[in-house]
Formats: sequence, structure tokens, C-alpha cells
Amino acid sequence: MHALLRLGDDALVLAQRLGEWCGHAPALEEDIALTNIALDLIGQTQSYLSLAGSLDPVAPKTDDELAFLRSENEFKNLLLVEQSNGHFGDTIARQFLFDKYALLRAEHIAQQTFDLDAAAIAAKAVKEIRYHADHSSKWIIRLGDGTSESHSRIQKSINDLWEFTGEMFAADEVDIAGSIAGLLPDLSALKTQWDVEIDSVLAEATLVRPKDGAMKTGGRTGIHTKELGIMLAEMQILPRTHPGASW
Amino acid sequence: MIDRSPSSLVNAVSRQLQDVMDPELTFLSVIDMGILRDVRFENGHIVCVITPTYSGCPATEVISKDVLKAARVIDSDAEVEVVLSPAWTTDWISSEAREKMTANGIAPPEGSSHDKAFLTGDGHIIPCPLCKSKETKLISPFGSTPCKASFTCNACFEPFEHFKCF
Repeated sequence: MHALLRLGDDALVLAQRLGEWCGHAPALEEDIALTNIALDLIGQTQSYLSLAGSLDPVAPKTDDELAFLRSENEFKNLLLVEQSNGHFGDTIARQFLFDKYALLRAEHIAQQTFDLDAAAIAAKAVKEIRYHADHSSKWIIRLGDGTSESHSRIQKSINDLWEFTGEMFAADEVDIAGSIAGLLPDLSALKTQWDVEIDSVLAEATLVRPKDGAMKTGGRTGIHTKELGIMLAEMQILPRTHPGASW
Repeated sequence: MIDRSPSSLVNAVSRQLQDVMDPELTFLSVIDMGILRDVRFENGHIVCVITPTYSGCPATEVISKDVLKAARVIDSDAEVEVVLSPAWTTDWISSEAREKMTANGIAPPEGSSHDKAFLTGDGHIIPCPLCKSKETKLISPFGSTPCKASFTCNACFEPFEHFKCF
């Protein structure tokens, strides 16, 4: 259940962030792209959180209850996905670093047989994330290998977000138990694959891979950066103020 | 007297569902789209099995309600079951449905979803559904609904949508 919550929360928090671009992206096509990606992620969230909520032995919960009625310290998403949108390059850099990770993770979950419900969700997600990863990679290349202005700005975006990438591969007891059971991938093996993918795109984009320094962690145990609380306040205000509201 | 045997109920419901259209592609039925996976008789009632196209597609909810409504005309106890596995693929869209798409100005999915290059359209030509020119350009791999990409035609200058290979 903890593993499924993490999968659902990663997708939910990133989807909400991308949704903030609605009506604000630099071009109409990009507005549509970012919100389409958000919609795919919301779909994945609904599936993962419904499954996670149904497994609670004491009090089963719906996906909506998990999304709207948990407080900040109960969210188990990566710190990377909760970071504020910044400018378009910051959003694309965040998306690129996450997409490559999410795709490798979903490919593993789709093929494992420990949890067939999770495998079915991931099999759909793989097809969707492939489009996301293709889109964000192409932008990284276009911006990195673009003008000197776009090059220096996307390089800075990647540099600034790099301290959040270590958390994706910092295995704790949930990851280790999940990996032994077969549901989750071995994160050290995943890191090797991710490095290859990231390095290949950065090279084509003429960008420099930042050095691994001190990495920020805490999201998986509910200790978040200040960004998440502000985001949740907006995301949750309606169902918390008007419980059971519908239209 | 209506025949209430399981096989005739399944047949009657299947016929009824031919008229349930995709809310975003109103010229295509849920059967054309491969969204309806099965109709069976189980525990004394009809079960209609559907599968979502994209995980977050809002049309799935509408389709689920429309299928239930249509099935209950025949069997008031009918239920709808949503399954994720096996994951929906554009390979399940019938050839008649592809022709209807072209006739309605949407370039249908080309090739097989097993060919990764088709997924992103890299190096593949999507002919314009309006003037049939092969001089077309991808504007964005995303479009008005999760299943479509945006193209423009360099010959007739019309923008058009392409149903992504998925």
C-alpha cells in the first residue's frame, strides 16, 4: 500500500503543478500539451490511489479521499515533483528528469506478477509516459541546442533541480521490501539505466550533467519543502470547505 | 414475450450497444473503437466490460454511463465493469472506423502500436485527411483530446488532427 501511495502521489502532485500552466503556457500547443500530460497523470493517480485506498484493512478510502483529505505530511511524493513551476524551462527540466525515471519504473511494474492490478495500471501508464518523455526530451534538446539565452537558462534549470534527483534512487525499507516482493524495481539498477538515458539527451542538447552533490530527501516520509503545503491549500480548499460537494 | 435466455439477452444487448457512440467522436460507436470488450451473462444479469482508452480520458465516465443506460433497456439489472488489462490499443479500432475517421477529417492511427516509431510519428508520413497530400507537419504530439495529435497540411494549409497510434 505504501508503494502504491508513492506512485499515486508522484503522479497527483505533478499533475496539479502542470495544471497550473492551463492558460499560461508560452504557446497554445504547449498549453494543450502540458494539460494533456496532467490529464494522463490524473488518470494514473485515480487508478493507483483507488487501489491503495482499497487495501487499507481498517478504513478503506476512495481516491478522492486520499487526494483531498490528507494533510501535507501524509503525502509521499518525491520532492522533485512538488517544486514550483518556475519558468517554462524549469517545468520542462522537472518533467524530463521525472519522465525518464517514471518510464523505467512503470516498465518494471507493468511486467511484474506480484501485483497484477498494479501491472495493469502501469501497462497503460507506460504508453502514456512514453509520449511525455519524448516531449520533454525534445524540448531539452531544442532549448539546450538553441540560442545562447535558452542554453544558459535550461542549464540553470537542470542545475537547480539536480539536488532533488538523488531521492528517486535513495532506497528505504518500502523500496527494498517492494523490490524483494517484485513489485518495485531495484533502484540502483534503475539509476544505471536512468543515467544512460539522461546523459544521452543532455549530450545531444549540448548541456553539462551537474555533479552529484548533497541530495535533498524527505518526500517519501512526508517531510516536504514549503512548496507542497501552498499547492495543497489551493488543491484541497473546495472539498475541505464543502465536504461532498459535486456538480 | 421477450426471450430471456442468457444468449438472447447477450445478443439483444450487443445490438443495443451498436448505437452507443464515443462522446468525443460521435460518428464512432464504442464497438468501432474497441472500447467495449465483452458482453456476458453472469450471476443472473448482463455484464458489459469496457476499457478506457487513456487512463485520464474524461470520456470513459460518460461512456460507462451511456453503456449502462443502453444495456438496462434490455436487462434492468445490467452492470458495467471497467477493466484495465489488457491495455487498450489503437490496433483494436476497426478498419471501418478508420475510414469513418478519415471521412470526418481525422487522420486515423497508422501502423501497429508494437512499432515504437509510430508512437511518436517520427519519420512517418501522416497523409492529410482532407486533400490526401503527404506534405504534412506535426505541430504538437498533443491535441484537443488525449488521443489526438495536431498536424497541419503544407499543401492545403488546413490544420487537422491525427488519432495517435497507441
